[in-house]
Amino acid sequence: MEIPYVVQPRQDTGLYNAKVGIWLFLASEVMLFGALFSSYIILRIGAAPGEWPVGLLNVWIGMGNTLVLITSSITVVLAWASLKMNNFAKFKVYQGFTILLAMTFVVIKSFEYTDKFTHYEVVLQDNTIYDGHLKERTPTHVVIHGHKVEHGRHAEGEAHGSKTPHTDIRIERAQIKKMENYGPWHNTYLAIYFTLTALHALHVIGGAVVIGYLWGPGSKLWKTDPERFTNRIEISGLFWHFVDLVWIFLFPVLYLL
Amino acid sequence: MSDHHAHDAHDFQHHVRRYLFVFWALIVGTIITVGAWYVKLDSMALTVAIALLIASVKAFLVAGYFMHLISEKKMIYGILAATAFFFAGMMYLIVWGRDQVPQGTIHLGSRDTFQTPGSPSKAAH
Repeated sequence: MEIPYVVQPRQDTGLYNAKVGIWLFLASEVMLFGALFSSYIILRIGAAPGEWPVGLLNVWIGMGNTLVLITSSITVVLAWASLKMNNFAKFKVYQGFTILLAMTFVVIKSFEYTDKFTHYEVVLQDNTIYDGHLKERTPTHVVIHGHKVEHGRHAEGEAHGSKTPHTDIRIERAQIKKMENYGPWHNTYLAIYFTLTALHALHVIGGAVVIGYLWGPGSKLWKTDPERFTNRIEISGLFWHFVDLVWIFLFPVLYLL
Repeated sequence: MSDHHAHDAHDFQHHVRRYLFVFWALIVGTIITVGAWYVKLDSMALTVAIALLIASVKAFLVAGYFMHLISEKKMIYGILAATAFFFAGMMYLIVWGRDQVPQGTIHLGSRDTFQTPGSPSKAAH
């Protein structure tokens, strides 16, 4: 039995199956990210004035990743438009760039994550706090490249790089009361940051896999059923734009505010 | 058939110009957002308002033009209206219940910077 409305739209709704399907899926995605965004809001407004960490992330890297995603959004829509204009070669070029841009986004994100996992806060027995990147770890001592934290201050402004001079600091193990990196366990802000950005990155990877499949082996469909193939590109594009849309809000919320 | 394709191609050339305009608008929006943060406005509320306003405009451009919501079918608008209703409900419930956050859920940094009991944080109630 042939499934109806796979390519041609239904007369009453004007939509083909996959289009309804992707929008229903995106609706569920809105609720998923919405729940996490509302968690962020409650944590943010629950923090006492001046207590929410600011400046932990490098804004320029975040801005770079925003530009990467925006550019990938235009290449996706131009790839679809190329198919609509019956130009398969141009589709290949645009969508190839989309895949490269998706990989660029993930690589940049992985550098950001690595930076956080090698960034430590070291509390000594006398409650002195040092903050910086781990350079050396031995059974007797650790060396971090960072600075002494003034009382009550976090790593504010570190992203700008110039406020506090950084030096190599050697600390004996016996002096250390607590040593913790800036992973999701470090504080509430980093917990919600890692949750939101990791979930988003998973979406980027998932979208890139689908786009990559349709760019590679899946593109054979163009020869046999070009309209259906164009619809598939439109559907994958809608998902990709949603991923871009989420980042449009994540960037100012996590990096700037 | 070839006439049909030629007409489509002409139509889409027009669309492509619009997509490129939206792309540049998104780039400019991003630069303004970061610019407003960089100049460090006196009012935090103004910084937040500018950042979220620009993000909303960018979201409208992406959803409206790249996702074609500006000229979509009624059924899609119906799905989105239901989504907006439930999303707004969820946000309302969470913000409404913000005074009910159990004590100790707000952990910020090292213990030296912990809130002391009786400080003005709503989360502490």
